[in-house]
Amino acid sequence: MNLNQLIKFVNGSILYDSLPGLELSYAFASDLMSDALRWYKENMILITGLATIQTIRTAELAGISCIVIARGKKVTDDMMELAVESHISIVTSPMSVFEISGKLYQNGIKPLY
Amino acid sequence: MQMQFDIQGGDFSAAGEASSEVKKALKQLNIQPQTLRRIAVALYEAEVNVVAHAYRGTMTVDISPARILVQLQDEGPGIDDIGKAMEEGFSTASDKVREMGFGAGMGLPNIKKNSDEMHLTSTPGTGTTLEIIVNF
Repeated sequence: MNLNQLIKFVNGSILYDSLPGLELSYAFASDLMSDALRWYKENMILITGLATIQTIRTAELAGISCIVIARGKKVTDDMMELAVESHISIVTSPMSVFEISGKLYQNGIKPLY
Repeated sequence: MQMQFDIQGGDFSAAGEASSEVKKALKQLNIQPQTLRRIAVALYEAEVNVVAHAYRGTMTVDISPARILVQLQDEGPGIDDIGKAMEEGFSTASDKVREMGFGAGMGLPNIKKNSDEMHLTSTPGTGTTLEIIVNF
């Protein structure tokens, strides 16, 4: 699933697409960054309700390709700046973490744990 | 190659900047992506620990052809019971730390999992020293 397909399933908006067309296959959902740092697959998505600079920092250091921010939480300018610098795609969705996870799972995204 | 960074206790917006600099430097050295990720995760957790628990600290990095050795030395309250601190789920973190997505008692176990050697020593009331080695 690429980012353009993903946003249709979660009524989302792309704030930044680091690599248009990149195929994303796995996801992990957590608000706890220590958990997000524990497991990894290449080209993975982090679904989270935590919208802070540490969310982006976690993705940068863990090599996570894409973050889907749930419940329409605001992505600040410094978060966007770090995401662009670190080549991490950012999507926001008005849905909850639960609903985003359900929609993506239903459409073929696999759990990595 | 040697690098050194100051880490400010309580400065959550900057937490991870030192680890990020180290990751960028290692990228230039053609380290295996999987090893690079282990180092980045271990350092980030360690840096967050200093920000979350200490007053201030330093991260000293020594990179040789065979391995990376990182020492994090902080001035802070120290750790009363290292055995307990190493247990998954044990944490003394503040609500502020938890709001940032940390403080669930996974940091030290995560560091151990991602390093080849980890040495933790602490003097309660003075500070903590953590040494991490990852072989390339």
